[in-house]
Amino acid sequence: MTYTERVDGRKFDELRPMEAKAGVIPNADGSALVKAGKTTAYAAVYGPRELFPRFKQNPKTGIVRCHYGMMPFSGSGERIRPGNSRRSQEIAMVMEKSLNAMIDLSAFPNAVVDIYVDLPQTDAGTRCAAISAASIALADAGIPMKDMISSVAVGEVDGTVVADLSYDEEAYDAIVSDIPVAMTHNTKEITLLQMDGEISKENLMKALEMAKVGTETVYELQMKALKEKFSRSD
Amino acid sequence: MSNILKNDREVVIPGECLAEGMDYLPGDNTYREGEKIYSKILGLVGVAGRVMKITPLSGPYLPKTGDKIIAQVFDITMSGWRFKTNTAYSAMMNVKDASSRFIKRDEDLSKILAIGDYAVVTITKVTSQNLIDLTMKEPGLHQVSGGRLVKINSQKVPRIIGKQGSMISLIKDKTGCNITVGQNGIVWIKGDSDKELLAEKAVKMIEARSHEEGLTGKMEKFLSGGASQ
Repeated sequence: MTYTERVDGRKFDELRPMEAKAGVIPNADGSALVKAGKTTAYAAVYGPRELFPRFKQNPKTGIVRCHYGMMPFSGSGERIRPGNSRRSQEIAMVMEKSLNAMIDLSAFPNAVVDIYVDLPQTDAGTRCAAISAASIALADAGIPMKDMISSVAVGEVDGTVVADLSYDEEAYDAIVSDIPVAMTHNTKEITLLQMDGEISKENLMKALEMAKVGTETVYELQMKALKEKFSRSD
Repeated sequence: MSNILKNDREVVIPGECLAEGMDYLPGDNTYREGEKIYSKILGLVGVAGRVMKITPLSGPYLPKTGDKIIAQVFDITMSGWRFKTNTAYSAMMNVKDASSRFIKRDEDLSKILAIGDYAVVTITKVTSQNLIDLTMKEPGLHQVSGGRLVKINSQKVPRIIGKQGSMISLIKDKTGCNITVGQNGIVWIKGDSDKELLAEKAVKMIEARSHEEGLTGKMEKFLSGGASQ
């Protein structure tokens, strides 16, 4: 274990400074902004609206469609090719599955709820920021949901379990694992669990416990963002 | 032991626990899991006796039988018109529901309502799949001609109308405009052009400040000041 101090001086279980805001895009039915350190995610929700192409319609329930995109200038210098890529398709799919677990669109058969997430600035943890932002935007849009979904990444850097990895940590020159986790608030059910790298079984369990605490912090922030938007009086 | 965890008219987000114990019942937009009642949508808590419910603060319009809405024709078929309803679903109006006069078999339906026309209509039926049937035969239902249409969030419609129509009649009195509010969030305003503008501003203002209390009084002030300019 040589990783005794984090690159940016945080405590091992400390998240990056976060910020969340609801209702940032007036044209959308619901929207949100989530910042986690140097990662910024904007989410916009439209719908429920008519779904085309028609063969995708489900007569039993409405469906959720996600879009995930990193903006061309969002990385650290290298231009990111805009548009669909293998990576963005995968993230859109896992976001869809993660959020779908709590969304109830049974009152909207054949319809679709579109979620667009774009990131003007990225520094690791983008899918977590995207899911947390999308969850706020969905609630803001008045979509029926059983619970909020909060997401945070955990992992192991050179033998030490840490929360909310930054890019410098992901690129640390040792054995690193990066585990994005999304959880519901009430039941702490896991709706997203992916892993990059390797980790021991004991440390994985430790990391998941850390994710439980981390997502709770994110949840508090999401709640604050939504209540701020709707209870402000003059 | 049963107890309520949230105050009346408190803002809650999806998944927040509203009450514990079996003495309370889950109402609109809530669900029960074990002993607890949770919110299913972002909105205001309402406690009516033993029933906990949530009044949504945002969200889509859900078509209901008997609702008066303002809709736009986007297609004409053999048997009637298809309308856009400002929801995920289109609505159908049969020829026999269009007018109290007899419409002949070979009549050109676009002479009665053309594509792109708006009309004030009532929902006669909504199926489980949200197929909507409309009628224009009842009194007060007609084609929209002239004036302007304003789109607002459908959850704010009750606020625009006010208690026993107090808010809407205030705007009507102060501006002299004819105003029809569709439950789907489309408002039709017709009157003198400067007054129309004032009425539109008033409607937008109510939408933006709907959560404030004593809004009717504030609007009265705004409309009196604005009208004398």
